[in-house]
Amino acid sequence: MASKTAYAPPPVIEPGHTFGTVTEQISAIVLTRRHPYSWFFGLGVGFMLAMVLLMSITWLLIKGTGIWGVNVPVGWGFAIINFVWWIGIGHAGTLISAILLLLKQDWRTSINRFAEAMTLFAVACAGIFPLIHTGRPWLAAYWLIPYPNTMGMWPQFRSPLIWDIFAVSTYLTVSLLFWYVGLVPDLATLRDRAKSIHLRRIYGGLALGWRGSARHWERYESAYLLLAGLSTPLVLSVHTVVSFDFAIGIIPGWHATIFPPYFVAGAVYAGFAMVLTLAIPLRVLYNLQDFLTMRHLENMAKVMLVTGLIVGYGYVMEAFFGWYSSNQYEEFMILNRMTGPYWPFYWALMFCNIFTPQFLWIKRVRTSPVLLFMIAMVVNVGMWLERFVIVVTSLHRDFLPSSWGMYWPTRWDWMTFAGTIGLFVTLFFLFIRVLPMISIFEMRTMVPGAKVKGGKAH
Amino acid sequence: MDLSAIRSRLAGSEGRLYWRSLGELADTQEFREYLHREFPGQASEWNDPKGRRQFLKLMSASLALAGVGACTKQPAEEIIPYVRQPEDMVPGRPLFFASAIPFGGVAQPVLVESHMGHPTKIEGNPQHPASLGATDTLTQAAILDLYDPDRAKTLTHRGEVRSWGAFLTDMQKALSGQKATQGSGLRFLTGSFTSPSLAELMASILRDYPQARWHQYDAIGRDGARMGAQQATGSAAAAVYHFDKAAVVVSLDADFLTCGPGSVRYQKDFASRRRVTDERKEMNRLYAIESTPSLTGAKADHRLVMKASDIEAFSRQLSGALGAAGAAREEGAAPPVASAPDAARFVAAVAKDLQAHRGASLVVAGEYQPASVHVLAHAMNQALGNVGSTVTYGGSIEVSPVDQAASIVDLVKAIDAGQVELLVILGGNPVYSAPADLRFSEKLSKVALAVYHGLHVDETAHQCHWNVADTHPLESWGDARAFDGTVTIIQPLIAPLYEGRSASEVLGVFTSQPDRRGYQVVKDYWARAFSGGAGWTIRDSGGAAFKDADTFWRRAVHDGFIAGTAIADGGPATPFTAAPRVTPATGEAVTETGAALGAVNTLANPTVARRDAGTVPSRPAAPGPGGRATVRAQSQLPRPTGEGNPPAAPSAAAPDAAPQPTQARAEGGLEIIFRPDPTIWDGSFANNGWLQELPKPLTKVTWDTCAWISPGLAAERGLQDGDVVEMKYRGNTARMPVFRVAGHPTESLTVFFGYGRRMAGRVGTAAKDAEPFNAYLLRTSDAPWFGNGLEIFKTGDRYLLATTQEHHLMEGRAPVRVATIDQYRNEPAVVREQVHSFPRTLTMYPDHTYEGHKWGMAIDLTSCTGCSACTIACVAENNIPVVGKDQVAAGREMHWIRVDHYFSGDINHPETYHQPVPCMQCENAPCELVCPVAATAHSSEGLNDMVYNRCVGTRYCSNNCPYKVRRFNFLLYQDWTTPSLEPMRNPDVTVRSRGVMEKCTYCVQRINQARIDAKRDGPAGRRIRDGEVVTACEAVCPSDAIVFGDLNDPESRVSKIKTQERNYGVLEELNTRPRTTYLAALRNPNPELERTAGHATTEH
Repeated sequence: MASKTAYAPPPVIEPGHTFGTVTEQISAIVLTRRHPYSWFFGLGVGFMLAMVLLMSITWLLIKGTGIWGVNVPVGWGFAIINFVWWIGIGHAGTLISAILLLLKQDWRTSINRFAEAMTLFAVACAGIFPLIHTGRPWLAAYWLIPYPNTMGMWPQFRSPLIWDIFAVSTYLTVSLLFWYVGLVPDLATLRDRAKSIHLRRIYGGLALGWRGSARHWERYESAYLLLAGLSTPLVLSVHTVVSFDFAIGIIPGWHATIFPPYFVAGAVYAGFAMVLTLAIPLRVLYNLQDFLTMRHLENMAKVMLVTGLIVGYGYVMEAFFGWYSSNQYEEFMILNRMTGPYWPFYWALMFCNIFTPQFLWIKRVRTSPVLLFMIAMVVNVGMWLERFVIVVTSLHRDFLPSSWGMYWPTRWDWMTFAGTIGLFVTLFFLFIRVLPMISIFEMRTMVPGAKVKGGKAH
Repeated sequence: MDLSAIRSRLAGSEGRLYWRSLGELADTQEFREYLHREFPGQASEWNDPKGRRQFLKLMSASLALAGVGACTKQPAEEIIPYVRQPEDMVPGRPLFFASAIPFGGVAQPVLVESHMGHPTKIEGNPQHPASLGATDTLTQAAILDLYDPDRAKTLTHRGEVRSWGAFLTDMQKALSGQKATQGSGLRFLTGSFTSPSLAELMASILRDYPQARWHQYDAIGRDGARMGAQQATGSAAAAVYHFDKAAVVVSLDADFLTCGPGSVRYQKDFASRRRVTDERKEMNRLYAIESTPSLTGAKADHRLVMKASDIEAFSRQLSGALGAAGAAREEGAAPPVASAPDAARFVAAVAKDLQAHRGASLVVAGEYQPASVHVLAHAMNQALGNVGSTVTYGGSIEVSPVDQAASIVDLVKAIDAGQVELLVILGGNPVYSAPADLRFSEKLSKVALAVYHGLHVDETAHQCHWNVADTHPLESWGDARAFDGTVTIIQPLIAPLYEGRSASEVLGVFTSQPDRRGYQVVKDYWARAFSGGAGWTIRDSGGAAFKDADTFWRRAVHDGFIAGTAIADGGPATPFTAAPRVTPATGEAVTETGAALGAVNTLANPTVARRDAGTVPSRPAAPGPGGRATVRAQSQLPRPTGEGNPPAAPSAAAPDAAPQPTQARAEGGLEIIFRPDPTIWDGSFANNGWLQELPKPLTKVTWDTCAWISPGLAAERGLQDGDVVEMKYRGNTARMPVFRVAGHPTESLTVFFGYGRRMAGRVGTAAKDAEPFNAYLLRTSDAPWFGNGLEIFKTGDRYLLATTQEHHLMEGRAPVRVATIDQYRNEPAVVREQVHSFPRTLTMYPDHTYEGHKWGMAIDLTSCTGCSACTIACVAENNIPVVGKDQVAAGREMHWIRVDHYFSGDINHPETYHQPVPCMQCENAPCELVCPVAATAHSSEGLNDMVYNRCVGTRYCSNNCPYKVRRFNFLLYQDWTTPSLEPMRNPDVTVRSRGVMEKCTYCVQRINQARIDAKRDGPAGRRIRDGEVVTACEAVCPSDAIVFGDLNDPESRVSKIKTQERNYGVLEELNTRPRTTYLAALRNPNPELERTAGHATTEH
């Protein structure tokens, strides 16, 4: 705005902050005794929904997957849709932390902490589904995990479901480590600032004896960088592997080479939409406009726009190749998506994921938190619809017309889905209560003073 | 204990005495005391203060010791099975027994598989001419009826359990009252039956009580056929068709392939003329003129749709065109067929074709058409010289055939007149199924004493005073005749599960020997027959006489039938002769023949009988003892007296006199057509979950009935599938959801019997909202099968119909490939070229070579009629659970082999194809690749094996199966808790729990059994022979459409079939390389009617 002539990026942190104010403002959210009522309200809603999840899983284990809407031909329903959706959301955190770190996008520091937390919680929610979707999770643990056993049986490594297990569990492990390592200096800060002896002990334990010595910092930096390097391919691999769950199958609508890149782009798209969905209310709630500036929102909007366009390209290519293949099953599949019984889902998906994000070309929209929030919500819905369309409309009418059928979710499907949202919200509210949602020490490096002092010290 | 006292007690007891212990047998004082004290050892000690102390001490000591005892090792106990091994019984190996399941009184011959005394599976009796190894759906499902937990279990009087003795006493009392009036108040109501021994019992009763009356009523009766044959031949006769000799078949609304007692053999014969091999590229041709679409019509090369009431007009035209008797009187004036504008062209073409195949053609009239149509059909066959070749006539196998519609009217009138004092109802369920205008339920309550004998406590049972539980055919002795007359012995496979009595035991109560068991009744009868009684000539299959009665009996029971008793082989009409009376004084047997009883039970002249059955002068119907000479039909059929002059009978069949209500009652509105339900028949199978869940042909609806209407009528009335309509017909009202069926006549609506049961058991009892879905509510006694004047009103209610197939078009994908026989003969590649498939050389990998066996299956779609017997056979063989309506509606039926159904062509004149779909056992199986736990894997013989124990239930295999043949236990579908179902299960097949994927295994348990046999044969074993492994679906198939065998053996039947040019794999283009392949459906259209035949060939 002010710098129209000579371009300099707007600051990551609003002017007027010092090290002290940054530390004070962020850690106060955790260390204060009083907390806004809205927090209790949010946690309460989330917790209730999490109990719904508990109930629906219990019922599932008692009765079996028949309580859901799945059937033959549609053997996968909400469980897989929600799994892919949550995994997609879980992409943004690590992407922000790792790839943007490697690309030296310093604006990421304001959002990486809670984006990573979001990743972890989203992956936790996602992880529930493959476990419960067989209705007998104890067996999944018994047979699916490779370990030397007296039966002489290994899993069947040609199945993409086995690849999933490795991909998702690796991703979860590395993301957790990455997040935790990044938390260590801040945990030390909290330890130092906490007034209660119990809190000091807890945070102290978690801080692993961090003293902030130069050696600590040096090792920390290299560990963090290494983890970032490790996570970067994972961001790409997880959703690639998840897309193989479909692409390996021979079902028209699944069996497509475009799936890996298109899924990864979709995941980033969904992830950023979720970060925006969380960030916009948070900055108002906790007065964090200084740290989560308009620049952050706008950058995230731009990432969404780009990935949204890639996803849109994917949709167009899917339709194009449906026609270009002149394979009658592919042709029928795409026609059935557009005009079959699930047409509202397909066109809603197009509306949400292709049409709506085009507003992000307009700067006024990108800089309006309210509009951004609305667009992010629409994209969240759109990405869920995408998974619904891929899973259900491909399966419900495949090769033999005699076996065509329909899939409609039952109340238990909805309850399980809502339950994972509840779990996510619960975990997130707990997180913002007990851990600094913005990286304190990294924000300190954003204070103008840090730059002057540091010079080219790195 | 005094042994001699015990012996004398035993000798004094009647029947078999069961005792719990020797103590009870001796009936000592100590034992009585023992029985009456709850805790015989310690009870009194508890009340005695001194003893109580002692008792507590002992108790604490024993508790303490129990803890110590837990540390000791239990002594090893050996279990010794069968100290003396029963002959032939090898644990783990089943035994097979020949028996029969009567259906509508007619024997369906079976071989029953029995595992350690439990019958588990029914197969056809391969030696019996009515089966040749095949069975139909209803017979297959009989095994579940046996174990049905809702069966009537014991004898009750007004709902209270009574002893057999109490029943006998009550009956004796009632009978002694009847003695005075010669039984004028005694009435029997049964369905029709063919059992010679039952016939004798009934004849004896009627001899002893000359004024007693026997009424017969079958809800799904064959009055039309019965009276048609009677009018055509002048005596009670039955027509037996020989489809194996017919090159051209015309069906006049006849569903001979799937309905009626002879359908199994008819399907076999029909298929044998239709099967195309490389050597013989000839097919028979079937014209179906029909109203309600049937499976026979679906098989037809040409199908002409018209109202049911127009069939007669068409028959008359065709008959006229053939110059046959019957139509001649009004030649040129035959009424036009209003509902089928195409009829004239059709008549000309069909007549020409029939004339070209004189002696090798066949006109079959429908079971549900009136006698007049049957008469016309018989006349046409006569004119075409078919009698004696494709159709033969013989004495009736039914015992004393009567006009049943008149018979039940008669009974009701008698009740009204207060003439019925004791009514004995054997089987059937008249309160539910009698014509609505008779108000049978009301009438029944007026009867002073009503006895009901049935398998279930049903609607009728609730209104009768005495309820005698019936025994299932698999647990009782009996006999019955098959459709062709072959006498078939019914032997029990298991002792009665409940306190049931067979029909012969119940009838026996009314004879002079009330306590004979079923075994004695049957054996005595045939012992007498062996020595020439009742007109039977007993010879073995070679034609030689048996050594003695015992050899004969053993042979008959072993084979399940008595050779040479078929009508065509000289078997007599079923004798209706009383047993020789044993006069107490002299012990001399006095024989009285059935002729004396003729006045009582007659086949009344139908034209008059309909109006007033009570007053008809009637003639004796029961034919005398038939010999060889009287049987051949040619000799019985009256010769035409002159050109165009009909034989005696058809004059009675003129339309004005015929019992044809539709003309008289033409009051506008729609035509209503009644049909038995294809799976639960008249409603008596309503509590059979297998049949309820079997998709009904053409609609694939399960668990419910629906009224069929044409798409045109649906559009006109704004009706969708599942819209409930209210039907008003002759003052009666019923409701039913409608279903659109392509090829249904536009002016008609078809309703099916069997639903809306109020008391049928846990499976069959209708929900409150489905109670009015009862077609019997509309049926009147004067128009049993169709009538005009139906009004329908849309109610606005919707009813969920659970179908297993929602889409009935092929969408240009050609899962069923079709060609005409001419196309195939001229260019055999026509089938292969219908779908573009890729050469196998595209793959980089070499073929896997199978060293031993390599199993495969071929299914001939030209033969398959879509009867679904394979589905039920598979359910019985493989312990497949019933899932229930809501689960079917959710798309979770468990059938391992389904019968897909496709329409093609014009919606009003569709072609219909059926395709049984088991697992394809793909060589490149998409399911195997994606299973994360290797729960489905390729076997060394090429099967896709399912390892249930390893399955975790990801359902990925099902998603990836292009044929969608995999089935998943979404819930716990197996009934683990009902004890009566436990012995029913096949012990060779795992009972799957929830969360497990399952699918067709090619009956791997049968393969393994054959392998064990082959290995044990000789020192080095041998290869499994072709035909040694027969899958359940192959065994049951009445059309022999399914063939299974070793593809590594070039001489096996399946290998040879697969070399035919019309062999193809479904979805071959996916490179799944299915093991199960299909032989294309060939049709044989008449070139003259090509226009209507053109749809199929252009469609694909």
